[in-house]
Amino acid sequence: MAATKKSTMQKTVVKTDIAGQTLVTLRTLTEENPASLETYLKLGGYASLKRIVTEKVKATDIITEVKNSGLRGRGGAGFPTGLKWSFMPRYFDGTKYLVCNTDEGEPGTFKDRDIIRYNPHQLIEGMVIAAYTLGARVGYNYIHGEIWQDYEFFEGALQEARDAGYLGENLFGSNFSFDLYAVHGYGAYICGEETALIESIEGKKGQPRFKPPFPASYGVFGKPTNVNNTESYTSIPWIMQHGGKAFADLGVPNSGGTKIFAVSGHVEKPGNYEVKMGMPFRELLALTGGVWKGRQLKAVIPGGPSTAVVPAAAMMDVTMDYDGLSKARSSIGAGSMIVMDETTCMVKTLHRLSYFFYEESCGQCTPCREGTGWVYRVLDRIVNGQGKMEDLDLLTDISNNISGRTICALGEAAATPVLSFIKHFRPEFEYYIQHGKSMVDGK
Amino acid sequence: MLNIEIDGKSIEVEHGSTIIDAADKVGIAIPRFCYHPKLSVAANCRMCLVQVEKFNKPLPACATPVADGMKIFTRSKEAIKAQQSVMEFLLINHPLDCPICDQGGECDLQDIAVAYGASGSRYTEEKRVVVNKYIGPLVSTDMTRCIQCTRCVRFLQEVGGMQELGMVGRGEHAEITAYVDKSVNSELSGNIIDLCPVGALTSKPFKYSARSWELTRRPSIAPHDSLGSHIEVHVKDNKVMRVLPREKESINECWLSDRDRFSYEGLNSPDRLKVPMIKHNGAWVETDWKTAIEFASGQIKDITNQYGADALGVLVSPNSTMEEGYLAKHLASGLGCGNVDYRLRQTDFRLDGKRVGTPWMGVNIDEIEKLDRILLIGSNIRNEHPLLAQRFRKAVANGAELSIVSPLDNDPLMDIAHKVIVRPNDMVNVLGQILKAMSGLQRLSLCLPPTLTKLLEEIKVRPNTQAMAESLAGHGKDYDLIAPKVGIFLGNMALSDPRFTEMYSMAEAIGGISGAKGGILPAAANSTGMHLMGVMPSSTGMHARAMLEVPRKAYLLVNIEPELDCQHAALAKEAMQKAECVVALTAFKSQALEHADILLPIAPFTETSGTFMSMEGRVQSFYAAVKPLGECRPAWKVLRVLANTLGLDGFEFESSEQVKNTIFGGEKPSHVVWRSLNNNLKELVEIEVKIKSSGLQRIGEVPQNESDPIVRRATSLQKTKYNIRPMARMCEMQIQALGLADGDIVLAKQDKGSAVLKVKLDNHVAMGCVRVAASHELTTGLGDLMGDITLEKSSETDYKPYDTLIMEARA
Repeated sequence: MAATKKSTMQKTVVKTDIAGQTLVTLRTLTEENPASLETYLKLGGYASLKRIVTEKVKATDIITEVKNSGLRGRGGAGFPTGLKWSFMPRYFDGTKYLVCNTDEGEPGTFKDRDIIRYNPHQLIEGMVIAAYTLGARVGYNYIHGEIWQDYEFFEGALQEARDAGYLGENLFGSNFSFDLYAVHGYGAYICGEETALIESIEGKKGQPRFKPPFPASYGVFGKPTNVNNTESYTSIPWIMQHGGKAFADLGVPNSGGTKIFAVSGHVEKPGNYEVKMGMPFRELLALTGGVWKGRQLKAVIPGGPSTAVVPAAAMMDVTMDYDGLSKARSSIGAGSMIVMDETTCMVKTLHRLSYFFYEESCGQCTPCREGTGWVYRVLDRIVNGQGKMEDLDLLTDISNNISGRTICALGEAAATPVLSFIKHFRPEFEYYIQHGKSMVDGK
Repeated sequence: MLNIEIDGKSIEVEHGSTIIDAADKVGIAIPRFCYHPKLSVAANCRMCLVQVEKFNKPLPACATPVADGMKIFTRSKEAIKAQQSVMEFLLINHPLDCPICDQGGECDLQDIAVAYGASGSRYTEEKRVVVNKYIGPLVSTDMTRCIQCTRCVRFLQEVGGMQELGMVGRGEHAEITAYVDKSVNSELSGNIIDLCPVGALTSKPFKYSARSWELTRRPSIAPHDSLGSHIEVHVKDNKVMRVLPREKESINECWLSDRDRFSYEGLNSPDRLKVPMIKHNGAWVETDWKTAIEFASGQIKDITNQYGADALGVLVSPNSTMEEGYLAKHLASGLGCGNVDYRLRQTDFRLDGKRVGTPWMGVNIDEIEKLDRILLIGSNIRNEHPLLAQRFRKAVANGAELSIVSPLDNDPLMDIAHKVIVRPNDMVNVLGQILKAMSGLQRLSLCLPPTLTKLLEEIKVRPNTQAMAESLAGHGKDYDLIAPKVGIFLGNMALSDPRFTEMYSMAEAIGGISGAKGGILPAAANSTGMHLMGVMPSSTGMHARAMLEVPRKAYLLVNIEPELDCQHAALAKEAMQKAECVVALTAFKSQALEHADILLPIAPFTETSGTFMSMEGRVQSFYAAVKPLGECRPAWKVLRVLANTLGLDGFEFESSEQVKNTIFGGEKPSHVVWRSLNNNLKELVEIEVKIKSSGLQRIGEVPQNESDPIVRRATSLQKTKYNIRPMARMCEMQIQALGLADGDIVLAKQDKGSAVLKVKLDNHVAMGCVRVAASHELTTGLGDLMGDITLEKSSETDYKPYDTLIMEARA
């Protein structure tokens, strides 16, 4: 079963145009059959793991190396991975857990899917190294429910790794054991929030937990748990192979390594681009073939809908790293870049985005449950020509009232687009309200 | 201790407190909906957001632990802004139908909206509508009003023991619902009405009957089980409209069982007897009090003169007050009659005269949750004492190991460490095994009566009882407790069992070895009080069972329906039939009193003052909440006047307080109680080891909503799943052994009587037993609650529809 899945998927996958990219987490893409274990081994895969386990490298040394790499959480929050690892209790009487978050559910997010599709073994190796470092006995990779085929494919890769002795009992004859399982969600965006994801793994309704306690002390089944993003774990084997400094040097200060940008929208060649941190936006845009049909750039959502939109003029000078985007008052998010050309109606775009957050609020806490619906309904009214000028201030106020008052970050995620769209494109909204139709397409 | 500052007030709080705890302690009100001190913290309503120095966003006070030096502002501009914004969100989809909402006037949302809400709404879009759910006959739902605080969900899961409600759907579509096609069946379900901060969950029986501000609230004591829960009786126009819990941390905390909450419907039942009645030529005739009392006293005098005082039998309900019990006993002794008893559902009276004091539960109610090891013998705890079960549940949640020896395997909704489910006959043997195993663990020879020592020699300890004994001795999986706090309790089934003496003696011996506390879990509101006052036969008198076995010429019944309240229904019926005169003090004109001759209408607990003594020996007096209905009079007055008319001395009481003072000899009740409560036996009691090994045994459990005359008439409670037609419930093996099948019709025979029943597969019943509910009109033909029974296959035609049978029984 696993073997057939592997071969059918691999034939479809040969990607040659990698010019301008720096492949770390997608490094197998230069090869034929990128996802296969042989390919990964050929590139030196699992060697770091073997060295670490057989030479009994100290956990503290590994954490130091990860800290030196400047690796920051790739899921959106950008928390330094090495620091997070150091929060896991060293001595704990019981099972510790490791969780990988492959539940990318935000519109425009599709980078982790390519990692498990084209380079699953590097993720597995990264997780085993993390498990060794943190003393975790059991791991789960929580995969977005809509990418079922990829979930099944990853199950195949896991079996390959188990058969080859990279997962299971007493790895490489040591007393280190680690079991890794794939878990799939059922399509709730909120399960990408780490504590909702943990609830979902436990078989409960996906709803964020109140923090503290953080997963490091109270995670899966109430046990210490480390949760990282797929791309973060996948960076680990490279760091172990080449050293933390080498990884840090790929990027810029405060943003080490490479980052996959899942570029969608109005570009000639949408897709995943893994580039060095700090690459100027202009260059990244050029890699994607530029804005399609020769049109002008209007705005970019640099990190996914939960990050603030940046107008074209400001965006052209931005460098693609944590600090660069924060200077543009946005954020790198999960690197889900949505490019919008001059024909895009910002009112309708926001209307669509707000519908997403309205539908995906888990409903647990009041501001998000009630506020996202309110925002959507007001925008819906505006789009249907029933808007009032005071609605813009109302939308801003509702969003400010959601932001910072919820259990999890979805409150901010839902508020940010509303606030940034209205801030940067207010005249367009005003026009729509006055004329009952879009300034851009006249409809 | 940590030093913090709230709104400028410096206070010291315990480590681990949350901001809301600290604020509550100093009386600073932080608005809240989802937070409840008895439930886990959900932090989902966000109403309690407060500003904390050094934090750039407001924090929920309910979920934020305090840190040393923390400065909290609950009324700062930022805090108020956050609270107001949450209030606005909560109201946008709320229907604001307060004028037609039962919660109006006692609604958290309404109250807090007055303080934090705006006078108008900025929300002009369509409001959400949520379909109502049917969750049973007690709780009414208006789900559009729900604010998703999940208090009801958490209560049923954490306190009720089973998650019967949950939140399904995401975002705005999130709604509270029960499992598909299921209702909420918890015997504590009414508490979710109190917990609901809005009008989403309201009382179904109370619906639309009064506004909360029209009600006068009067304190009282719950009359059904022996917990002594504090209640608040809500009255309008001299009618009890509803009953709510009154907070009493050491007894009922802030909860109330459904039986205690909804039984008030029985008080307003059309069955209520409003005037005295005398049977004249076989027909009931209404009369006045003077005639009735004189007639009654004349009859009693005639019979006692003619046949001797011994010809009278006095049966008193254990749900009657201490005052009533005292007067009934003294009326009898004044006549020279020793036949008085309150133990209507007891079979085994061999321990009479051998007790040191009054048997009680042996611990305080709030000590239960601190026990480490618990042994429950013959108790279906959720049925008998619904709210006490919750204390046991807490103990188990705190890590206690629960062992059960019982003929019924009903889920107590808590983890059971060890259980042995056997016939009552074999329970004696099982307890013997535990005793033997424990003495083996202690390497100790016991000072036991010779019969018991001999029995123990013959008994072979099985692995499961060995495990139970080890658990009671404190042995544990991870670590051993050297001095575990052990509690051993005997429940209703043990109390009604003909082998009660054996069970009790062994439980006492096991308790002696394990250093356990514990005792009996008395069934009724005043069982302990009745025992304390000695409402029991004199040394020459007859106990409740004997009075029925050897019928008396006359009976004085206080607050009972003989065939429903006595352990042998058929005997009770027959005895009443044969008697020349039955004088019944009763609140209801009952079918079960058809064979009475004089009915004297008495006031139920809400219409009289009185005193109950609880299972933990707490003496609690209460006043009348309303005036007596019609011509009803408090039973203590009726007994007093009856005694006066009979020409007896010592009945010059002007108030129930005077009776109470006489009972306690002017001493403080707690002093008397402290001196009297004692579970020990004066001497070693010989046990009988004639244990039959064959024969089918009846488990005649009293369903919780059939336990006394009031609750039997509470119409909404009667609609719950606890009140279904009695059936012959047996496990699969037993059904097969009898050559029957699930759904067969059988004729159940006990002694002289019988009942036609349907066989029902119930694997919670021990092999060798058949569970047939007692205290039901359809099983009054049967005998001993815990006696032998036979089943014969019968035909479908004998099985009449429920309504027909009830009509026939009532005709």
